[in-house]
Amino acid sequence: MNKVVKNVEEALAGVQDGMTLMVGGFGLCGIPENSIAQLVKMGVKNLTCISNNAGVDDFGLGLLLQGKQIKKMISSYVGENAEFERQMLSGELEVELIPQGTLAERCRAGGAGIPAFFTPAGYGTEVAEGKEVRVFNGKPHILEEALTADFAIVKAWKGDTEGNLIFKATARNFNPMMAMAGKITIAEVEELVPAGELDPNFIHTPGIFVQRIFKGEKFEKRIEQRTTRKRD
Amino acid sequence: MALDKNGIAKRIAQELRDGWYVNLGIGIPTLVANYIPEGIEVEFQSENGILGMGPFPFEGEEDADLINAGKQTITARKGAVYFDSATSFAMIRGQHVQLTVLGAMEVSQDGDIANWKIPGKMVKGMGGAMDLVASAENIIVAMMHTNPKGESKILKKCSLPLTGVKCVKKIVTDLAVLEVKDGKFHLVERAPGVSVEEIVSKTEGELIVPDVVPEMILD
Repeated sequence: MNKVVKNVEEALAGVQDGMTLMVGGFGLCGIPENSIAQLVKMGVKNLTCISNNAGVDDFGLGLLLQGKQIKKMISSYVGENAEFERQMLSGELEVELIPQGTLAERCRAGGAGIPAFFTPAGYGTEVAEGKEVRVFNGKPHILEEALTADFAIVKAWKGDTEGNLIFKATARNFNPMMAMAGKITIAEVEELVPAGELDPNFIHTPGIFVQRIFKGEKFEKRIEQRTTRKRD
Repeated sequence: MALDKNGIAKRIAQELRDGWYVNLGIGIPTLVANYIPEGIEVEFQSENGILGMGPFPFEGEEDADLINAGKQTITARKGAVYFDSATSFAMIRGQHVQLTVLGAMEVSQDGDIANWKIPGKMVKGMGGAMDLVASAENIIVAMMHTNPKGESKILKKCSLPLTGVKCVKKIVTDLAVLEVKDGKFHLVERAPGVSVEEIVSKTEGELIVPDVVPEMILD
């Protein structure tokens, strides 16, 4: 199996206006930078983006928001992006805010063939509006449905030609579940190696979930909050 | 006199027990990690995928791939482990974390909490807060007793959109330690130098006050 595509252009070929995309990352950590830049370049619009956050004003998904390419965002937290909040409060941007754990599990379920599940998160809040409630172990839970996407765009540290992926530290976050839930999954990696080089015991995402893999040209890896402590 | 946010964090840190896994929310709760009592070991879980969260790195050693839930650069302790978000919330929702500390805008005497939205003004999103409050067996809220306008945040009923219902049991504010029991607030401790009268006057919800209210003991 050779899932390798030459470059970011080939990787994103077929992404069209109006599609639903899943984009990995938590804040700016573990985001597919090169793919996002390519989406900006392609000018695709009316996108529905499923991603935990919306980047910052001038990086990450914030770039797509700036270009008004996103019609709807499905996220759990958008506090770092003033443009996002502005577009949302003004009604320009449709937003569905969902609990982070629910978002993670909905993506996992989507990739795992579980159409819906019950969770206690959000019961008694506006998140529960219109949703079925059932009591388990004396505690109310709400029914949440799986999420899938036309394309899932994920970022990994290392990947091989079979699409097997390994992530680094907290850059893992949503990438593995989104990789499962995309109809077509595009993996952007820092290091691309031949099959056999990655120890099968230590692969995080099996290549069966990945359709296209490419080595990103460059990674800025921006830090949102550079916090440090003094040496004694 | 009223505690500052470090004072609140210090008091909450006294609730930590040896061997606990603890999740600290963004804001005041993160400061709790600076005051772990002598002789006990706790492990901090961060919802974005790390168990064994350590302190901020030294200057020049920041790693963009290693951050906490507040998107700040951190380090990892010996024995730390990384995992994906579904696994992270399995730990949280599956009640494997012994203590959750988070902030609030409002808490009600039924134990409801609101900390994610001010309609029309601030809609940053709930992040992991709803999962945390819905699942945690042990939740401590860290908050200021009143808002910047001097209005009480300790209420009969929350006015802001809720994060969770009937889930808060203990609150530490700049003025007091409160417990939520049987649909009422109970005054447990007051901040050093703070009078019971002040606490009562700044609490809009029903507050049960015992005959003697001890002061918090902070070094």
